Amino acid sequence: MATGPGIEIAIRDKRFAAEGPPLFADLRLSIAPATVTALVGPSGVGKSSLLRMIAGIDTAFDGEIRVGSKTARDAPPPGFVLQDARLLPWLTAIDNIRAVAPDIADARARELLDRVGLHGAADAYPHELSGGMQRRVALARAFSVNADLLLLDEPFVSLDRLLVDELQALFIDLVEHERPTVVLVTHLAEDAVRLADRAVALRGRPAQIVSDLAFSVPRRDRSAADRAQMVTQLAAVPVQVMG
Amino acid sequence: MGLEILSLPLLLVIWQVLAMAFPSRLFPTPIAVAVELWDLTLHGKLLVDLGKTLLRAITAFVIAMVIGVAIGIALGRVRWADRLFSSWVVVGLNLPAIVIAIALYIWLGLTETALIVAVVLNKIPLVIVNIREGVRSFSRDYDELAAAFRMPLGRRLRLIFVPQLMPFVLAAARTGLSLIWKIVLVFEVLGSDGGVGFRVSVFFQFFDITGLLAYTVAFILVVLAFEYLVMRPIERRVLRWRPAQV
Repeated sequence: MATGPGIEIAIRDKRFAAEGPPLFADLRLSIAPATVTALVGPSGVGKSSLLRMIAGIDTAFDGEIRVGSKTARDAPPPGFVLQDARLLPWLTAIDNIRAVAPDIADARARELLDRVGLHGAADAYPHELSGGMQRRVALARAFSVNADLLLLDEPFVSLDRLLVDELQALFIDLVEHERPTVVLVTHLAEDAVRLADRAVALRGRPAQIVSDLAFSVPRRDRSAADRAQMVTQLAAVPVQVMG
Repeated sequence: MGLEILSLPLLLVIWQVLAMAFPSRLFPTPIAVAVELWDLTLHGKLLVDLGKTLLRAITAFVIAMVIGVAIGIALGRVRWADRLFSSWVVVGLNLPAIVIAIALYIWLGLTETALIVAVVLNKIPLVIVNIREGVRSFSRDYDELAAAFRMPLGRRLRLIFVPQLMPFVLAAARTGLSLIWKIVLVFEVLGSDGGVGFRVSVFFQFFDITGLLAYTVAFILVVLAFEYLVMRPIERRVLRWRPAQV
């Protein structure tokens, strides 16, 4: 069973335009191995950008991000889950996995599909699957690329509540089985307190860490009251004026 | 199915009835045309002529597709190239086919090369327009996916670029083919030493309507065979991932 790497983030300066305030300035964050960390904050604060920098896709910044013993760009590609399922519609479920993980053993790809509850759907085209099933394929695809490091970018937006509950339960199962390091980007504190071991709230520009909470109660043992209290804690942050 | 099966026989029946109602040497019945077709196949040059025309059409088709797709991709991706050359494409689209053919016959003589180049030049702008629109419609979402999973260029081309392009290549092939079938014959009438169009012009000089229709029928049979035995199976195979059209 795999155990995810730790992540050390030390960004001195990150900006998209030469002028204007930077997106990040002197941002430091240390993420423990095999934990689930939620990055919470309003849209536009730079959560997704940070995720892409951790993924080693965006390398245009001053500073360093280390994943395990390597820099982000040299580390193996992480398993990525985007806002929608984003399957290639001309490939079957299992070929969508092979498209991003060409060396994967057939048995492992099928095992992952089984694990997300898609036994027997390996050869179905995306249009033959429901929206929820497509998301499951996307989750299996992410694990197939890298079961040690998983990056999720608002994976539960634009889904109905029932489907969110179902996918989140599946996510928890998978995470507890595979023990990856997970960074989850979300604008909903509710998602964070359900899934994460730790929530980091970002605000402002340049984005600052305005609260950093480690949740002591294991996620499966959290009651509704626990979660409500955690949401309040996360939100109880002095509001900062933008810029 | 069902009614579609009856469509062509119905046309033949109407033709037969009309020809019997207005008997004339210049309006043969389909049966007379079928007999002539059989005779020309066995004793005439029909197969040789069809072969020549097909070879020209297919050569021109392949060349035009390759060049048109390449230019279409370039214009779809490179903005300055499109700004510089898109007017050329419009000119090309609207140049009368016959003018291109005559000009080339004058420059290159009544040669096989001139004929094929004329067909190619007529078809290329159509292919370019189709492919350019296709490339422009590509989804950036898939590029983001490829970036997120750090897919190398070869795999991106094979799994993301080509599958998005294929429906447009097929559409270009389809409109291009129907254009080529028509203009190849016209250019053959204008100047060639054989082929369906050449024979049609001979029939014209002798007012031989029966021979003309026999050749037409043979030509249409070839086009239909191409449609049902080549184009449709390819389309079904390439586009099988799409939801069934209702």
